[in-house]
Parts: sequence; structure tokens; C-alpha cells
Amino acid sequence: MEGPIRAREALALTLFSLLFFLSRSSALHDLLISNAERRIDLSSHIVKVYLTLKVENAGSSPASEVVLAFPPSQVDHLATVEALATKGKRKKTTFVRLEVKPTELPDAPNDTKYFTIYLANPLNSAESITLEVLYMLTHSLEPFPAEIGQSESQLVYYRDSALVLSPYHIKQQTTFIKTPSTKVDSFTRVEPTNRAGTEIKYGPYEDHTPYSFSAILVHFENNSPFAVVEELVREVEISHWGNLQVTEQYKLVHAGARHKGVFSRVDYQSKPSFNGVSSFRYLLARLPPRVHSVYYRDEIGNISSSHLRTDSRKSELEIEPRYPLFGGWKATFVIGYGLPLQDFLFESSEDRRYVNFTFGCPLMETVVDKLTIKVVLPEGSKDPSAVVPFPVDQHLETKYSYLDVVGRTVVVLEKKNVVPGHNSHFQAVLFCPN
Amino acid sequence: MAAPEASSAAVPTLMTNNTLRNAFGGVLSFFILLLIGVLAFSIRLFSVIKYESVIHEFDPYFNYRVTQFLTKNGIYEFWNWFDDRTWYPLGRVIGGTVYPGLTLTAGTIWWLLNSLNIPLSVETVCVFTAPIFSAFASWATYLLTKEVKGAGAGLTAAVLLAMVPSYISRSVAGSYDNEAVAIFALIFTFYLYIKTLNTGSLFYATLNSIAYFYMVCSWGGYTFIINLIPMHVLLCIVTGRYSSRLYIAYAPLVVLGTLLAALVPVVGFNAVMTSEHFASFLVFIIIHVVALVYYIKGILSPKMFKVAVTLVISAGLAVCCAVIAVLIALVASSPTKGWSGRSLSLLDPTYASKYIPIIASVSEHQPPTWPSYFMDINVLAFLVPAGIIACFLPLSDASSFVVLYIATSVYFSGVMVRLMLVLAPAACITSGIALSQAFDVFTRSIKFQLPGLSSNTEVDAGETSSATKEAQNDAVKTEKAEETSKDRPSRKSKKKEREHVEKPSTKTKAEKKRLLALPLEASVISLLLLVFLGAFYVVHCVWAAAEAYSAPSIVLTSHSHDGLHVFDDFREAYAWLRHNTDVDDKVASWWDYGYQTTAMANRTVIVDNNTWNNTHIATVGTAMSSPEKAAWEIFHSLDVKYILVVFGGLVGYPSDDINKFLWMVRIGGGVFPHIKEPDYLRDGQYRIDSQATPTMLNCLMYKLSYYRFVETDGKGFDRVRRTEIGKKYFKLTHFEEVFTTHHWMVRIYKLKPQKNRIRGKTKKSKSKTSSTSSSKRSERGLFRHGNVFGGKEAQNQFCISSILGLVPCATTGPPKRQI
Repeated sequence: MEGPIRAREALALTLFSLLFFLSRSSALHDLLISNAERRIDLSSHIVKVYLTLKVENAGSSPASEVVLAFPPSQVDHLATVEALATKGKRKKTTFVRLEVKPTELPDAPNDTKYFTIYLANPLNSAESITLEVLYMLTHSLEPFPAEIGQSESQLVYYRDSALVLSPYHIKQQTTFIKTPSTKVDSFTRVEPTNRAGTEIKYGPYEDHTPYSFSAILVHFENNSPFAVVEELVREVEISHWGNLQVTEQYKLVHAGARHKGVFSRVDYQSKPSFNGVSSFRYLLARLPPRVHSVYYRDEIGNISSSHLRTDSRKSELEIEPRYPLFGGWKATFVIGYGLPLQDFLFESSEDRRYVNFTFGCPLMETVVDKLTIKVVLPEGSKDPSAVVPFPVDQHLETKYSYLDVVGRTVVVLEKKNVVPGHNSHFQAVLFCPN
Repeated sequence: MAAPEASSAAVPTLMTNNTLRNAFGGVLSFFILLLIGVLAFSIRLFSVIKYESVIHEFDPYFNYRVTQFLTKNGIYEFWNWFDDRTWYPLGRVIGGTVYPGLTLTAGTIWWLLNSLNIPLSVETVCVFTAPIFSAFASWATYLLTKEVKGAGAGLTAAVLLAMVPSYISRSVAGSYDNEAVAIFALIFTFYLYIKTLNTGSLFYATLNSIAYFYMVCSWGGYTFIINLIPMHVLLCIVTGRYSSRLYIAYAPLVVLGTLLAALVPVVGFNAVMTSEHFASFLVFIIIHVVALVYYIKGILSPKMFKVAVTLVISAGLAVCCAVIAVLIALVASSPTKGWSGRSLSLLDPTYASKYIPIIASVSEHQPPTWPSYFMDINVLAFLVPAGIIACFLPLSDASSFVVLYIATSVYFSGVMVRLMLVLAPAACITSGIALSQAFDVFTRSIKFQLPGLSSNTEVDAGETSSATKEAQNDAVKTEKAEETSKDRPSRKSKKKEREHVEKPSTKTKAEKKRLLALPLEASVISLLLLVFLGAFYVVHCVWAAAEAYSAPSIVLTSHSHDGLHVFDDFREAYAWLRHNTDVDDKVASWWDYGYQTTAMANRTVIVDNNTWNNTHIATVGTAMSSPEKAAWEIFHSLDVKYILVVFGGLVGYPSDDINKFLWMVRIGGGVFPHIKEPDYLRDGQYRIDSQATPTMLNCLMYKLSYYRFVETDGKGFDRVRRTEIGKKYFKLTHFEEVFTTHHWMVRIYKLKPQKNRIRGKTKKSKSKTSSTSSSKRSERGLFRHGNVFGGKEAQNQFCISSILGLVPCATTGPPKRQI
């Protein structure tokens, strides 16, 4: 009992001093997290972390912001952060999406980076709220050994902290790590630690001061396809003839443990369960419905190994690169398809025409290091703009296509580190009557 | 493009009394020519529709790569291009060793389209260059034949050329090779020569030189022109047909043409220094002598002329003898007597197989067989003699040229199968003349004998030509509606009747015309037979275009019971090399795959299809025929990192490296005598089964092809050679397998790095234990899907590809290369 009290005293002291110096971060330490539950999903090469925080306002003034902290090593790999506020209890739970923005705090210890969640309604004193935070990390699984042979399976390291990094005091917290298989070579123990099946449980830990950190290392088997698109250029060309032509240029790489030594086709074909488990042959692209004229080729011609399945809600294109991809192997290809324009062209209330299209990569479970979307508008479009739900770099270009005179305006959107979580819609305005 | 000029030019030459009818004929022939162009273009699109828009085969990949370079870097960079991606470590000066015509043509088309903001890729332009130029070639044929025998024959010949299989085989969409534009240039040069000969116009003579220049730019076959035209000139002189027109047709061509030809870097001084061009200079001298003689003859009185002749002959002979002696001495001092190897093999068909295995190894340099004549020119083979006869009725300068052209091209096609391509236009022209004349005769006799028309037996050139046009127009459509062909004569005569009613002629010169009146029934039946012959030709051509000549050879297909099976192994391997090896790695393979490796994989190769350095090729051949260690040393000395072998044993692809292997041994042995062909043969037989010689079973090619092959079916049954392989279990000590394609058609090995030398220890001799066969039995049957070539259809597929140059027998090797 003594420990917590002392901690609280320390907290109060810190609070006091902080209040004294920094009025801005005053609200920061009024809050405390009464319960934090973190579930880290390591089953694919995109690390998904679900964080449930029960935030309590212990201060006197209402708080409208909650700050999340990330170690600098994670921030570079952080693809997306989303936060939801839960309302109601049990079955009547509803979720409200909250705005999340990266912020800088001046007193960040060890270059900690912050994201601020803006609450819809300020949290009054002594009230509490439950926040669901989802964030995804890419390139966070380090293959070890870094080079493997054809018949070996792929082992990776995952580094994190057993404790949730937070600028707030956390009363109670638990972390669950889900591994893709039961094959876990080693993991750091921070008692109490349990392992059952594919799950490792850290905690529960009681009463940790802000910025508590306890490094852990999990070494486990992960044979899911480490499909990384190094560069993806999607060109969406809008034609007045009622067609939307999409051309996607991929530079694909297997980002897992590098392949070492021989590749034996006879082993690969005859013993598929032991051989090349970490490699992948197929990728699935989810395309919009009513897709037509699909092609799949590379710089030396058509690639004949692909299948298209269409139904009324979606189209699925199963593509097979020319060769199975082992660790470190690369492939480039182009997917192109046409879509009926009426499915994507809308008119807003102010008589503006806009195109509503999916951002992100249509390939499933794929990380895109650099994504460029080029929306080629019909010739003569003026002052176009794009509305994207997350920050991207935007600029305009001009492209000359079939028999153009003045050229077509191209809205170029660029974003780094894109995960399937970014597959939301964006709008590009192509016509607005002054 | 040439069509409107042609039709408008056709009008005045017809010399008719009825301008309206001729205007109608002109318009009609214009549209017919347009349709012929569309036909020539569209019949070549089967490869795109059945397969894909892709560059075919071997040489086109090189041309494609050069075009890419040209469009990317511009013309000056192109002339100075030193390619370090090939013939490592020698490299190749591309700008100075390539015929630039095709590349510049496609590059210009691409540039033109892109400056109009039509963003076609270089590949698309390259793929469709050949069909476009086929349309041009058929129009050029029309012009040439019109000069010889009138518009009717011209249209017939153009239709025949538009779909002659021999030409289709080299000009399907994707076959981006020199021949694609060269045939057009060849025919057009001949047309301008005949045109000059007929008109004596210096304007056409200049155009002729420019056309000849384009031909020199395009293809090594230009030597055919520069030998054929002098031969014709000589023929004219000998037969006493010398005229000033002949002089104008010939002298400017030699002077201007040679000057222009010397501008092409690859020809350069060869235009005056090699024996292939000497005939033209000799005839140039002769024609001047003859011109002088004719001139003097005009000045002097007959008596004085005789004196002069004796004087000149006695003095001239002495000088001539001296000059010829010097020339012969000069020529004889060079080892090949001034002739390049390929040209020598034209004169002496056995030359190449005796002395130059690298030329003999190419399947398209073999003499053709009779079936290939039928396959490539079909019914034209029977019409040609008739055409030659028609050329003699009456014999003109122009028609004698056609006779000479067909005679020489028949000879050349008999020497080398690829020169069938030169025969095809000649065959089309003579057949066109034959068909046209036959139609002429038959329709005239029908008209003569039909009641109601006999009173009005006015026949003139214009009408008959329009009649044959009509017939040809129908012949194009015969495959669609054969039943209409039956009532054609009557319909046609009705039409004529109508024309006659509408435009009754005032002049009656019918009696002056010599009428070859045949019995009515015989004429009608003959006409029908001719139409059937034409229909048969069309059906055959369409079949050949669709089935035989449309395969791109880099992607193979086979129809099995469960649908179409695609074998895309070549591109799989090239794509793998492109993306997963270092950009400066050197890849060694037999020279067939050199062009494709540089173009598709973008990796440096040791040898390629240009085959300019026999020693270098022999080095690779020697390495492939050597045991593993010796081969490793050779490859290591060449900086090679990867070896690519083509192996068809699993799926039954017959033109793989094992089948070409004897040529590697021969070419290697030609330079490095320690490689002896008999060491690889058991009792003169080439075999890879247990009876094979130890040298064969230990050579690198065998090992790389069959490494771990036995594990696929447990027996090691080779589907191409139809036998079990001789040595089944072995290990590689100096190479390691890094990639094998899905159907095992391409296997890529990496040279193992040099071992560290351990002091005081010699290399451990490794006992060659056969790998344990514990798991072999369970794998049996896993590759049953590989047996897709077992069926009949599959066999057909490869018969077709063997016609294409993938020749299945062991003696003939790799396909095309440039002349």
C-alpha cells in the first residue's frame, strides 16, 4: 500500500511543478488511466495494436484532450492511429470516431512522440471515458536470422514495452501479444507473464508512473507473406466517355528474411509444406465491382497467371507474380482496369462534381512504402482539389494524353507508409462552377 | 499512301475513249487498294489477338532494345552507342554494326505519334511496324506490276502479296525484324527502277537511288538488288534492248546509290570494296562502253564504224585483260575472296556446312524442303510458270525484269530457306500477271460468245482490267460467300451489259483486237476453277497466318483436355534475372538467348545472336562441353556469375539446349581442338541415355540440364529424347541451382565462389555418392500435370513451332538471325 501512495505523492509533486512551469500541459496530468488493456496482434507483418484506455479526470478542470505517447523507434513505423470513444454500456455500446493529430510536447523525455486525441465532449472532473485506440506498425518485425534457406521457416523479433508508454499514471494494465503460431522461440519475462497457446500475457501490472518502460523482446515464427510494395503509382484517369481507367504500377518486394543459397524447384514443388513456407505465390487484390478490361502485365509482357472473380459487391483479382517471391526477391508489375464512371462521379449540393475513389492499395495485407495517386482529370478542368481524410502531400501536374492540346490537369497525392487501414475514400473535385 | 497517286496515275495510261468509265475504274481500284491494305494489316494481327501484343522471337528483341535506346537518347547517341551489355568483355558498337532502317523507321513513327500527343509505347509501335509495312509492300507490288502488265495484274498481285504466307511469317504483328520493312523497300526500289526504265525520267531515277538507300539501311539483302539490276541491264544490252532509258535507269542508281549506301555505317566502304558490289561496277563500265558505241554509231557512217570497232576491240581487249587480271589478283589475295561467308554460301550451298558451323547451325539457313514451298507460297508455285509465259507475251524491258527476278529468287530460295522471303514477291507478281491474263482471256471469250453481247464486242484494256479488278475484289470475299462466286460471270456480264447500255462506245476497234475466243463452257468452268484456286489460296493463307505463324515463341501454349495451358517460362526466368540479380552480373548462355537476355533481363551476356565473334562463341561452347571444373574455370575467367540453360525434358519442348548441344561441341571444337565431336557420340549416334559416352554424361550441359531431374518422376524420363537419362544421381560441385522455372524450361545456376585455400591441405576429393532415394517414391506422380505435351494436339503445337524455326531434330539448331 505504501508504494502507490508514494507514487501518488510523486505524481502530485510532478503535477505541481509542471503546473507551475507550463500552463499548456496542465490538463495533461490531471488525467489518469484507471485501466489499460493492450492487444498486440503479430499474426501478419503489419503489427496491429488495440489499446483500450479508461481515462479518468482526476483534476478539477474539464479536459478535452488525451495524449498518447510513442517511443521514437515506433513512430517512424507508425502507419495509422485511430481513436474511438465508446458510449453506453454492454450491448448498447456505440462508437464515436475522434480526431487524432500528432503533437509536440516540449518536455518529452527520450524523444517521445505524441498524438493527441481530441474528445468530442470535454471530460469533466471525476468523469471517465473509455477510448479504443487502434494503431498499426509496419516494418516492426525484424527477421532473425536475417537470412534463411529454402526449407527453413522465418523467425522474427518484435520489440516493445511490457508497459504502455503513457504520460499519465496508469493504475492497472495488461498486455496481450498474439503470435501467429504456437512456435515462440523466446520472450522476455516481466512477471507476471503467462503464455498460453498463441497468446502471451504481460500483466496485470498495478500503478505505474508516467513514462514507465520495460523493454521486451519476442522471438517467434511468422510465415505470413511479408509483401511490401516499395512504390505504388496509381493513375486514375477520368474520361468523359464514361470510363474511369485505373493503372497501378507496383514494385513488390518480400521484406522478410532474405533467401540464402539455392532455390530448388523440385523441393519447392514436391514438398510444399516444408519448403518455402515463408515465400508467397499469390496476392489478392480487391477491386471495385463492375470492373472491366482488367490486365496484369509487366515490362516484358502479359503475365498469364491471374484470376478474376466478380460479383455485385466486389471484384477479386488473384494475381501470381511470375515466380514465387522468397525473402528479398523483387517483382514489378502493372495492374490496369476500367470502371464505369457513374459509380464514382457524384454531384454535391453546390453543383460541384467530384470523384469518390479509394485511397490505398487494393492488395490485401500489404504495406506500401510510398504511394502516389494521380487523378488525371479531363482536359480543361480548372482548380481541382482533393479531400483526403488523413494528411497527404498534394500537388498538381499536367499530362498530355491522346491528342491533347492544353493537357490534362493531374492531382497528385503522395503518402508514405500506407497500410490497408488507409483504404478509405477520398474526393477529387474536377468541376466547380466558379 | 501510294494508292491515290496510283489510281490517278492509272487513268491516263489506260488510253480509253471513255473518261467517265475510267474515272469509275480509278475510284474502284483506289478502294480495292485500300481494302488490300486493310487486309494486309489485319491478317497479321492474329498473333496479337491469339496471344498478346508482344515482341516475337530473338532478333526482334534486339531491334526493340535498339529502338528503345533510340527513342530515349536520340539519334546522335544512337550512332555512337557502344553497348557494354553484350559480348562481355568485348562489347559491341551498335551504331556501326546495325542496319538502322527498321529502328529509325519505328523511332520516327513513335516520335511522330508522340509529338501529336498519341502516347503509344515504343513496344506498341514496334509490334505494329511490320503489319503497316506489309500494307505498303502490297501497294508497292501493285505499282510494280502495273508498270509491267497493267492495273489488273497489279491489283491481283497486290492481293496475293497481302496474304502470301512466306511474307506473313516474317511480318506478323510483333515480328519486328529487318525484313518487315525491307521487303517493302525491295519492291519499291524495283518499282522505281521499272518506272524509270519505262519513262526514262531522271526524277524517278533519283527516287530510285533514295529507295535503294532505304533498302541498304534496312537489310543486308540489298546486295540482291545491286546484283539483280545489273544482271537485268546486262540482259537488256545483250538482247539488243539498249536505250537511253536504260542508261538513265541504271547509271544514276549506281553512282548515287553507291554514294548513299556508303553513308550507312554498317556498309561504309564495303559498298565499293567487297565482291558483292563488283557486278554493278562492271556493268556500269559496260553500259558506258555500249552507250559510247551507240553514240559513235550515230555519228559515223557504217563503214567507218566497222573500222572503229576493230580498232577499239583490239586495243580495248588488252586493257580489259590487264584490269581483270589485277582485279582477280586483288580479290584472290583476301582469304574469303572478298565474299562474306553468308554470301558465299548462297553461291555454293555446301560452303557454310563445310566451313562455318555457326552459319550452318541456324535452321533458317538450311535449304528448304518441297513442303515448305507449298506451305510458304502455296498455289503460287503453280501459277508462276504461267506468269512467266505471260511475261513473254510480249516481252518488254519490264517483263524481262520480272522473269529475271523470279529466276534468281527461285535459285536463292533453294539455297537458304529464309530467302523464300525474296521469292514471295516475285511469285506474287508473276502469279498476279498469270491470273489477270487468264481472267482477261476467259471473260473476253465469254463476252464474245454471249448472245446480246456479240454485237457489241468492244474490248479494251480498261474494261478488262476493271473486270479483273472486279473478279479480284470478289476473290477476296470468296471465303465468306462462296456461293456468290458461282454466278459471278453472269453477274459481271450483266454489269458490263449495263455499262454498255449506259455508255455505248462510239469507236469499234474490236475487230482489230486479236480475240482468243474459247468455248463458252470451257471459259466458265476455267473461271470457276480459277476462283476456287484463289479461294483455296485465301483459306490456306488465313490458316497459315492464324495457326502456323502467329506464335511469338517466347510464350508457348498447349491445348490439353482441361483447357489452354500456357508455358511462360522464358519470361519467368528473364524477369527473375532482371529483379533478383545484381545489375552488373554477367549471364552466360548459348548465343540464342543473348538478345532476349539483354532485352528482357537487362543483364550483360557473353555471346548473343549477332554471332560476330566465332572465338567467343566457341569459348562458351567449349565451356558447355567441358567437365564441371574446366567449365567453371572458363566461366570464372569471363566474370560470369550465372549460367542459363534451356531444358525441355520435363514438358517436351524440343528446341532446348541438349538438342542444340552438338553445335556447341562443333563450334567449340572448331576453335579449341581438345573438344572432339566423336567423344560425345556413341557409334555416331547422339544419345543421352545409359549408352551415352562418359564425356557426354560428365559435360556441363548435361549436368546443368539434368541436375535433380530424376527426382521429378523417379526415373528421369526425358520427354523430348523419349528415353531415360543415363546418369541420374549426381551432385554439382562448382555450381549451384539458384532458379528453375515452373515447367523447368529455363534453369539458372550460379558459379560457386572460389574456395578458401587451406594451407598444407590439398582439395579433398569428394566421393560422388548418389543422393539417397528415400523420398523419391512418394514424389512420383507429382509432376503428372507436366505431361501436357503427351496429347496429339500438343504434338501439333510443336510441329507448328518447328516450322517456325524451333526445329525438333538434333541437327538443326537455333532460329533466325540477320543476314
